[in-house]
Amino acid sequence: MKKKLVTTALAVLAVCQLQAVSTAKLKEAVATVKAVGGEGRGNVAASEAWRTLSQAEAGSLVVILSSMDDASPLAANWLRGAVHAIADRELAAGRKLPVAALRKFINDTERNPRARRFAFDLIEQADAKLAKSLVPDFINDPSVELRRDAVQGVIDAADAAKRNGKKDDATRGYQKALRYARDVDQIQKAVGALREFGQTVDVPKQFGFLMDWQVVGPFDNTEREGFARVFPPEKGVQLGGAYPGKEGEVKWQAFTSEDEYGLVDMNTALSMKKGVTAYAFTEFEAQAAGPAELRLGSKNAWKIWVNGKFVFGRDEYHRGKRIDQYHLKVNLKAGINTILVKVCQDEQEQPWTKEWDFQLRVSDSTGAAVLAKNRRPTPSAALNPPKGGKKGY
Amino acid sequence: MKKTIITAMIVCVTAGSTDAGNWTQFRGPKGMSVVTDRLPAELKESNVKWKTDLPGRGLSSPIVVGDKVFLSAASGPDQSRLHVICLDSKSGGKLWERQFWATGRTMTHEKTCVAAPTPVSDGRRLYVLFSSNDLLCLDLDGNLVWLRGLTVDYPNASNSLGMASSPVVADGVLVVQVENDSESFAAGINVNTGENLWKLDRPKAANWTSPIAIERDGRELAILQSSAGIHAVAPRSGKEVWYFGGGASTIPSSTFGPDGVLYVPANGITALQPGSSTKDVKELWVSGQLKPGTSSPVIVRDRIYTVNSSGVLTCGAIKDGKRLWQIRMEGKKFSATPIASGERLYCVNEDGLLQIIDCSGDEGKVTSSLALGEVVLGTPSVAGDAIYVRSDGHVWKIGG
Repeated sequence: MKKKLVTTALAVLAVCQLQAVSTAKLKEAVATVKAVGGEGRGNVAASEAWRTLSQAEAGSLVVILSSMDDASPLAANWLRGAVHAIADRELAAGRKLPVAALRKFINDTERNPRARRFAFDLIEQADAKLAKSLVPDFINDPSVELRRDAVQGVIDAADAAKRNGKKDDATRGYQKALRYARDVDQIQKAVGALREFGQTVDVPKQFGFLMDWQVVGPFDNTEREGFARVFPPEKGVQLGGAYPGKEGEVKWQAFTSEDEYGLVDMNTALSMKKGVTAYAFTEFEAQAAGPAELRLGSKNAWKIWVNGKFVFGRDEYHRGKRIDQYHLKVNLKAGINTILVKVCQDEQEQPWTKEWDFQLRVSDSTGAAVLAKNRRPTPSAALNPPKGGKKGY
Repeated sequence: MKKTIITAMIVCVTAGSTDAGNWTQFRGPKGMSVVTDRLPAELKESNVKWKTDLPGRGLSSPIVVGDKVFLSAASGPDQSRLHVICLDSKSGGKLWERQFWATGRTMTHEKTCVAAPTPVSDGRRLYVLFSSNDLLCLDLDGNLVWLRGLTVDYPNASNSLGMASSPVVADGVLVVQVENDSESFAAGINVNTGENLWKLDRPKAANWTSPIAIERDGRELAILQSSAGIHAVAPRSGKEVWYFGGGASTIPSSTFGPDGVLYVPANGITALQPGSSTKDVKELWVSGQLKPGTSSPVIVRDRIYTVNSSGVLTCGAIKDGKRLWQIRMEGKKFSATPIASGERLYCVNEDGLLQIIDCSGDEGKVTSSLALGEVVLGTPSVAGDAIYVRSDGHVWKIGG
């Protein structure tokens, strides 16, 4: 009884503290928060604006969520914190969230994908049953997080069909999951299940791994200095050219990955060496001009250029690798785009420092493969990987 | 209601200092892992006051300010959801939670996770750092004061195995070590604005140790440990006060003893007498017999305790670093740093077995244990007469 009285008193206090935030004030606060920059710039003003936002009524939730559309990642976090504070306060006070408006917001797939997922989380807190009923419709959603839940539902149903001996239903389910999945673990789950049923799955094509390369090296990377040094391929790729390498003249040579996860293994292409660097080059013929992502995995130091323009580089060695480790936003032009990758090996001698490789794929912002017009058929070795063999992840 | 108001007033008063009853940072007051509180002498199920679900993974320690327990956690398929949670220390009930998105990389080794660094509080605010290098400042009621995305600012500041250094507040400045193979730095950050007061290039090498604040000649210094050694810097300027080379561990952190000696995990343990400048720093002794694993050394009166990764607890003498005794605790894998209370050490192994080691005799002895039944990698925290332990799924309050 005493606890109930205190809770009620606190709720009343919370209501009293609530101030009606006018639309103009809300707009101004959003603009202030969205003006935050790097290294803490704008934090002081944003802090005050955040107080205004967090005191807004629940009816303002969708307005704030909508403002995330063109917000920077830092500004989006300020806004997210405010939405969470409002929702927390409303739910703790036993009041309702504007579920219908949140649902309308989610249905607008032009909105910020993460904001839509956040809106879904709020609905889940307010009405779990309704939230559950919405999930199947997210199977082809631009929000990867919303899509994931729907795909998981399909996988779970396929698993159940498999357990009940309904192989055809299970196969259709896993195929559907594979069609829509974007997360690596769900793709691998579907691929594994389909292979158990004797199906062949073109994993490199599913992901969009780039398999065909020209490679050249080794160049010197003693004491890791080769990462910063500009070797001839960085000045311009001439596939017929020969260059002075670490151990003599080196020439471009063709290399096709036979790994189902598109591993470009320099130890295979150029033989196992330490304190070296090499380059890999490919041409990607885009169907149309537009934004894309290069998704790279490597435990070696690397740099990457697209159409001769430097995109990003990282000088970390042997700390781990995974598919889609790095997401690099690029703009492709219609037709041929050149991609040059520099991959460096250091001089560590421990057993876990042998790898000298990378994997690269082209995708849209959700992770769906973007396939080149000049993509060649997947090598049969990558279609039928040996069980327990080396994997590029 | 009257009681509530009085309690609130007490919290307001006590929250301004780091007095007994608060546990405001990794390894507690001054990073010493030592408490004067009376912790339970026996561990049993009935000592568990509450157990609360957590919304995500974490090996950061809980911190406690007044009657609030704060934790960080990360969730989602790629751990990109960052949680800051505030619990009522009496009931374990959630008082508030804030969620954010990771703006930096979230890849880590599977053993660790994005919520690895322990938050720190100056009694007024909470500073929460994640492996993604997202740095959040909230007040104790959950109001966002400022935020930073340190990988947004410095795009190559990350470690593919995960970051774990816990920030510290020294001389009113938030000190962070974001050290890795690539864009490696330490920074002093204005606690009011989140802006850099200074930023130092640091050795380009992975480093998971945490800075500590030590007091010397009436002023606070920030101790930055790395594979290069120890740098003592003035927290407000970042200027080097003294340096000790020769290397140091990149996992366990140094401990500043009540005797004014800095015990550095280097070549086992190296005892340093800090000075006013580099030439004044004295190496008192080096002991290879006291080599710790991932946990940091604990100093109790004239003893130093270290734990290796397979659960061997070693006790040495702080006067010369000589080993006095060694026992194997229960369990095979240990990550967490022990907490000392009087003659007892409280250790938890990776299987979640919390145990008390009585160190009052000629040799340590495990006298009591409690199986929590979940993987525990984080160092326990203490506030009042209770121990707080967290796993990926839960936080327990034991005793109190």
